[in-house]
Amino acid sequence: MYRKLVLTLSDFKLKFDQKLCETCPTYDCLVRCQYMNLDKEVAKIEMQKMVRGENSFVLYRCVTCYACEEYCKRGNHPFYLISDLQEKNSILPMPKPLITQWINTGIPTKKDIREFWGAVEPVISLCLFPEYINSIEGKLFEGFSIVVGRYFFCQLAYLHFGRPSIIRERLSSIIENIANHGFQEIVFFHDECYSTFTSYTQAYGIQVPFRSVHLFEYLYGRLRELEDEISPLNVKVAYQRPCSSRLAPEKEHFVDDIFNLIGVERVEREYDRENSLCCGGIIRGQQRYDLFVDVQRRNVVDMVNAEAEYCVFNCPMCFASLSEAVVKRDIKPIMMHELCRLALGEVIKS
Amino acid sequence: MDRVCERLARIVGENYVSNMKEELYIYSQDPGMMEPREPDYVVMPKTTVEVQKIVKLANEEKIPVIPVGGSLSLSGLVIPHKGGIVLDLKRMDKIIEVNERCRYVVIEAGVTTGRLKAYLEKHYPRLRFSIPDAPPSATVVGNIVIHGQGHLSQQYGFNSDMVTGLEVVLPTGEICKIGSCSVSPYWFSLAPLPDIAGLFLGWFGTTGIITKLGLRLYPRKKLRDIEVFIVEDPHLVPDVVYRVTHTEMAEDIFVNAQPYPPIFKDIIMMGICITGDSEEELEFKRRMIWNVLRTYIDSKEGGFMMTTPDVKRALLEMPITGTTRFADVMKGGGFEYCGPIIPVEKYPEAYKKLLELSSEYGVTYGNTCRVIGRGHCMMFAFGYPFNRADPDNMERTKKALHESNVASLDIGGVPWKPEVPAQKMIMARMDKNTLELMKRIKRFLDPNGIMNPGNWEG
Ligand SMILES: Cc1cc2nc3c(=O)[nH]c(=O)nc-3n(C[C@H](O)[C@H](O)[C@H](O)COP(=O)(O)OP(=O)(O)OC[C@H]3O[C@@H](n4cnc5c(N)ncnc54)[C@H](O)[C@@H]3O)c2cc1C
Ligand code: SF4
Ligand code: SF4
Repeated sequence: MYRKLVLTLSDFKLKFDQKLCETCPTYDCLVRCQYMNLDKEVAKIEMQKMVRGENSFVLYRCVTCYACEEYCKRGNHPFYLISDLQEKNSILPMPKPLITQWINTGIPTKKDIREFWGAVEPVISLCLFPEYINSIEGKLFEGFSIVVGRYFFCQLAYLHFGRPSIIRERLSSIIENIANHGFQEIVFFHDECYSTFTSYTQAYGIQVPFRSVHLFEYLYGRLRELEDEISPLNVKVAYQRPCSSRLAPEKEHFVDDIFNLIGVERVEREYDRENSLCCGGIIRGQQRYDLFVDVQRRNVVDMVNAEAEYCVFNCPMCFASLSEAVVKRDIKPIMMHELCRLALGEVIKS
Repeated sequence: MDRVCERLARIVGENYVSNMKEELYIYSQDPGMMEPREPDYVVMPKTTVEVQKIVKLANEEKIPVIPVGGSLSLSGLVIPHKGGIVLDLKRMDKIIEVNERCRYVVIEAGVTTGRLKAYLEKHYPRLRFSIPDAPPSATVVGNIVIHGQGHLSQQYGFNSDMVTGLEVVLPTGEICKIGSCSVSPYWFSLAPLPDIAGLFLGWFGTTGIITKLGLRLYPRKKLRDIEVFIVEDPHLVPDVVYRVTHTEMAEDIFVNAQPYPPIFKDIIMMGICITGDSEEELEFKRRMIWNVLRTYIDSKEGGFMMTTPDVKRALLEMPITGTTRFADVMKGGGFEYCGPIIPVEKYPEAYKKLLELSSEYGVTYGNTCRVIGRGHCMMFAFGYPFNRADPDNMERTKKALHESNVASLDIGGVPWKPEVPAQKMIMARMDKNTLELMKRIKRFLDPNGIMNPGNWEG
């Protein structure tokens, strides 16, 4: 029986504490932004404008890398504010046809399955990435049910398109659908989903009736169980942090934990951790071609200089946008879960 | 075996002639809408002399002859509307010569696009031809005969503009060479002689049988990439094409619109292919193209799509196999498109009509257009896959195709590879003296009217 949760649009209001910004000692959200060179004074003026709901050049220049959500150490939500204001002021971060294209992409089609009868825990949601179904196998994922498709699409991507209201419009039915499967706990393949059902929903006061598990947290736990079977890979890797990981920085330590467990060395480089660069995909989508080329070049050169053999991805979209560039520099692109499978001696189908 | 069959067997050998029901059935239809009709005989010659003998026999017996390549032109052009001998040319599959320095190839009539592509990739990796997106079993000659277009058409025009010479068997049986090869051992060009190749191009085999073809080859660069510019407003398409063609940086330019999957709904995609021997060359071209479209980007009316490597790979295929997969999207094995050649400026009108017809007749559509020349014109496909097992669906598709042909002519275009009814529509609007000239040429070349009858008959 399909249950309807009582969620309405008015439930979704950003919890943003203006006072925190008024008394902020650093304005790090904007000062640390890697795509705008702002000093503290300018950052303060622009932030104050935005806090008052006014227009700011930041709304036009933001590449939507989500990083300011992490740079703010005071628990505020500068990027969610930016995104809401972009929409309020009809500022389009991308050309209209790209926005249309992505809005349409999220609408379920006849081919999408709403109810995965027989799916039982442990369960993993592949979001909109059915192409990874065949990689969810082997010892790491023994016994897992997979759910996938537009009825499980977390919608958070619309933050990149200046259309956060779409997230709010659609999210309740996604949450309902997952809940109606009776899942108490669900592993999210894409950390954008994880961040949606944790950071984003918390910021907007949306109740989520299931526990979200970050893929890396799951992988780490499972690898610990299989520790005896791990053959250290002894390779040097660069890690490409995705934008959505900025919404869940508390899970970042699992990257190092996993690397330690499977015997890979995370190379020391300039653009890593809080200082990591966007994969470039969204910047290209914003049609900022020069910036896109520059960001990708700096990122990849940094990997090359650090002698990385692999570039490890968390996000399939980052993989799609950056893998060609790393391959051209003889660095092998690989998803984290596939790297883990290699450490277990499993063969990865290309 | 009847008398004609025996005579044919004496020419080509018993294994290569048939009047068996099951074989005639295969040659009675193509994937399109035209009514099937069985031939009386199917014959597969191996040499020009065999073709010549068959044509002479057909004249004596007054039997129609229908030359057939891959049978993929879709508009019933190989259906023997009046019965007769189907001349399947697939056994004439020799690649006779590649002149690397002069960049041309000489092939027999049955060489398929797939085979020529594979051959060049293996033996002449620096050369390529303008491959169409038809399945690889389509013949190069069949494509030339219908004025096909391929991946190099934006740069060099219709594929038939790339002909450097022909060997033809005239409807009366003479073997005739056309172009430099009629005077010299070299097949480098049609010029500087009077151009009579046109007597055989666009005529659908009604004026003779091409047995050999000389075709231009072009440099094959090491790298190939694609940028996909998207807009919502069809009125922007002609100017985008104009700007991009002005840069002279693009290889193929195609324009696609389709309702499925959702990522393609409500938008128009312009695929702009670029090639280069180095990353620098590619990057230079890419930037030129981005720059020239900057005003549309700044106004937010258009932008380059975020393409994943998978999408790129699919769009960079040659031929693009997605086109063939789409052709069978309704299952049941039916596909036809009305692909008029139109002025690029008429794109918005054609697009509007396509949407109207799709909704009026409740048929799904796929629209692929290919820019020909530097924006000189474009092929606009009103493409309708249909289910042959569903008569209602077939009937609606038939009406949509008919209306598409009417609309194409109304907007100033000319249906490409038209089926017989559309040929009649064209001829009804054609300048009377032109039509008369066509008739005279046809009567002169084919006095017994044996060549692919039904086609181009006024
Ligand atoms: C999915 C799909 C995609 C396509 N994409 C393209 C495309 O991108 N570009 C394009 O141009 N076409 C395209 N086509 C149309 C068509 O398939 C091609 O043009 C193809 O090359 C035609 O060649 P064929 O061998 O099938 O010709 P056939 O259909 O066998 O013949 C075409 C005509 O030429 C005549 N003919 C054949 N051989 C001779 C000869 N030796 N001498 C005299 N007359 C002859 C036939 O009698 C007939 O009238 C596509 C078709 C499909 C199904
Ligand atoms: S969002 Fe955070 S970092 Fe930015 S001004 Fe407010 S409190 Fe400071
Ligand atoms: S999302 Fe990224 S680009 Fe935008 S303001 Fe925040 S840090 Fe800067």
